Amino acid sequence: MTLMTVNDRAIDVDAAPDTPLLWVLRDHLAMTGTKYGCGMALCGACTVHIDGAATRSCVLTLSAVAGKRVTTIEGLSADRSHAVQRAWIELDVPQCGYCQSGQIMSAAALLAIKPDPSDADIDAAMAGNLCRCGTYPRIRQAIHRAVQLLMSGRE
Amino acid sequence: MKAPAATPLAATPSAAAPADAGRRDFCGRASRLGAGLMLAMAVPAFGGRPAARASGGGPGAGAAGTAAPAELNAWLQIAPDDSITVIVDRSEMGQGVYTALPMLLAEELEVDFTTIRIIAAPVGDAYVNVGNGGQITGTSNSVTDAWVRLRTAGAQARTLLIAAAAAKWRIAPERCRAQRARIENDRGLSFSYGQLALAAAKLPLPKDVKLKSPSQYTLIGTSPRRLDTPGKVDGSAEFGLDVKLPGMLYAAIAQCPVLGGRPRSVDSRTAQAMHGVRRVLEVPGGVVVVAEHFWQALKARDALEIVWEEGANGTLDNAAIRALLDHASATAGLVAKQAGDPGAVIKSAAKKFSAVYELPMLAHATMEPLNCTADFHADRCDLYVGTQVQQLAQTAAAEAAGVPAARVNVVTTLLGGGFGRRLEVDFIPAAVLASKALGFPVKLIWTREDDMTHDYYRPPVREAIDAVLDDRGKLLAWQLHITSPSITARFDPTNKDPFDSVIEYVQNYPYEVPNFGLSFTRREIGIDVGYLRSVSHAPNCFAVESSLDELATAAAKNPLDFRLELLAAKPRHRNVLELAAERSGWGRPRSDRHLGLAFMEGYTSLVAQVAEIGFNGGKLQVHKITCVVDCGQMVNPRIVESQIESGIVFGLSAALWGGITVVAGRVQETNFNSYRLLRANEMPEVEVVLVPSDAPPGGIGELAVGPVAPAICNALFTATGRRVRSLPLSAHGLV
Repeated sequence: MTLMTVNDRAIDVDAAPDTPLLWVLRDHLAMTGTKYGCGMALCGACTVHIDGAATRSCVLTLSAVAGKRVTTIEGLSADRSHAVQRAWIELDVPQCGYCQSGQIMSAAALLAIKPDPSDADIDAAMAGNLCRCGTYPRIRQAIHRAVQLLMSGRE
Repeated sequence: MKAPAATPLAATPSAAAPADAGRRDFCGRASRLGAGLMLAMAVPAFGGRPAARASGGGPGAGAAGTAAPAELNAWLQIAPDDSITVIVDRSEMGQGVYTALPMLLAEELEVDFTTIRIIAAPVGDAYVNVGNGGQITGTSNSVTDAWVRLRTAGAQARTLLIAAAAAKWRIAPERCRAQRARIENDRGLSFSYGQLALAAAKLPLPKDVKLKSPSQYTLIGTSPRRLDTPGKVDGSAEFGLDVKLPGMLYAAIAQCPVLGGRPRSVDSRTAQAMHGVRRVLEVPGGVVVVAEHFWQALKARDALEIVWEEGANGTLDNAAIRALLDHASATAGLVAKQAGDPGAVIKSAAKKFSAVYELPMLAHATMEPLNCTADFHADRCDLYVGTQVQQLAQTAAAEAAGVPAARVNVVTTLLGGGFGRRLEVDFIPAAVLASKALGFPVKLIWTREDDMTHDYYRPPVREAIDAVLDDRGKLLAWQLHITSPSITARFDPTNKDPFDSVIEYVQNYPYEVPNFGLSFTRREIGIDVGYLRSVSHAPNCFAVESSLDELATAAAKNPLDFRLELLAAKPRHRNVLELAAERSGWGRPRSDRHLGLAFMEGYTSLVAQVAEIGFNGGKLQVHKITCVVDCGQMVNPRIVESQIESGIVFGLSAALWGGITVVAGRVQETNFNSYRLLRANEMPEVEVVLVPSDAPPGGIGELAVGPVAPAICNALFTATGRRVRSLPLSAHGLV
């Protein structure tokens, strides 16, 4: 049994230690917001936060997250109120939407450490998240919008 | 009989969400029911699958009791609590149909659009897309197909509600009007739609309803937010991969690495003994491993020892495919379209232009790998699948299950990208067979590698152009001979049209030329090919628009002027080109930048693009794409803009890197490290200009893909004098 924290709840999982966190979340915990895209950390669809840092869950084994704090898209906010989610809704970023959980988790992790990112910062942080629908222009706009929302919340 | 649900899957009860609790998606459980049932099902009551199943039995059998919604037509339910549900009969794969189609209905219904709920249509005759000849989401025609139909459905429903209110008040319908989901009369009284819906549904459908004129639109042409966005930002949107059923098992599949091969012998002893594995079974084309969890199934699949019967493709490679097309191109081909006598003009010309353009195979690479969940019962099967072809999915599942098609309920989930890959049903039978064999619901998932190496690839195409200019440098003759394998012959064997969809775009060739020829030689290559976003348009547009620039150079004319001259009688076309030139700074590029132009008419829409490129360390860089679109009346301009951006990104990936490599019958590109797609940090600036119009709406989902590659290659020629006649650019060392 592996103990970890997922979205602020202590979780005890009985799965083979080499099971990627992605499949533990999806198949064992029924949290399917985190997506499978490539299985090789190439596309970012499976991005979650491990102790706050954006991490590809498809190549991270269950044994490697023992004792860690995992946040998934389901735990980013209870009501789509995270600034990144609000900005995503405002700009209608998603198309097919499949990659967007990962995009949002990468963007949220970026803003947590860089509250005022440049375009170059955004490019660097988001380069690992593929979007076949091509929502990149809107993602960039939405991240800038999320920055505004966060800043105005601090006024 | 079904066995009890599979052993609880590991997480402690206190911590794990119930297997079925994550479902917060807006496109709700009512969509889980099959044809005939769904329309009778109350939306507010769709809380659980067992209840839904218990309600089965036909119209009126819904579990909702007094809250049962009235069905005003095949696309609309109104419940006594005033909730309004629109049944969308096209698959949502990012293109916005779950927003645009309800907007059409809502425009005439006079309701607050943001309150509308959506459910996916079951298989049904009402949901056939006339232009596509089936319940098919494809060819960018969802809005054009629905344009009159759904506005009429909304107007009919409004008329019925007015009639029902008038009858209650015992006044003439003319004294009533619809506004904000209420029918009001001239004495200031009103009923909500919910109060009228049951009575309205009993009235005969009005035959002739008057639709609004464009000046009366309050919704069409505006950009309300997409109805599917909320679930796509909190993880609750349900794609096929996310379907959860009680007792569900997971399956992985092994397929022959050589396309078209099959297992000769299978040693599954090691796999069978692995933890969690329930069954290994052979299915047509592969071997399926069913386990309690997908990771277990995947590991066990990789432990299978299979000797493959490679079939005829064991020695096939790209050079052989190319040779097949080259050789076949020597035959004259079937004439698809002709004006004047291009052959004679070209033959007798003192000077002629000849060029061959070549396009590679491409993979769809949807972000969501193929998957299907099947739940087989004694005499029926429920299918949960992201599909563009509900009827074909139903038929494929029925054949695998050995039940009549009517006994297969197709539940369409959201699609994590379609691009034509989900027009195919090759991934469905294995899931059904596994569910039937095990007696449990089974979710079969293809890995990325399965998906990439067993696609129905965009066909490789050879396009040979011959052309002649007159003595004033105007196009006198232009002819194109396309050599390609056929998509349609496999996809629809009943189709006897000898001209495949791979020539479609050139049939709309927009330029005025007195001698025009289009011919087609079909040459199969041993690999099945399929429809990929902008099917013929991308390859054809590459050849047409590259040749136009080459001919403009031969005529010593500006490529813009050369095209405008050939579109003299088409002001709408000229406007799009002229706008693109104006917005892109055509004729006056920045010092280190170079511009290239491409134009296309397709999907009843017009598009012009200007690519602005530069060079960095000898490598080509695309800095900006300016894109002007005239697609007639826009339903939701913000979605149109998104789709244009999307098409440009799709076109960029293909132009820069897209290509499938076959070696010994095996596709070498297996994942995103070898099949490269554009990333955020590689995204050029994109400026989309949408031309206002009240012409009938045209398609937009595939429109912007085609012009990208020729615009870039035309810019490359302007910059360097180097003409690239085959893609991708990476194969030329340019990127």
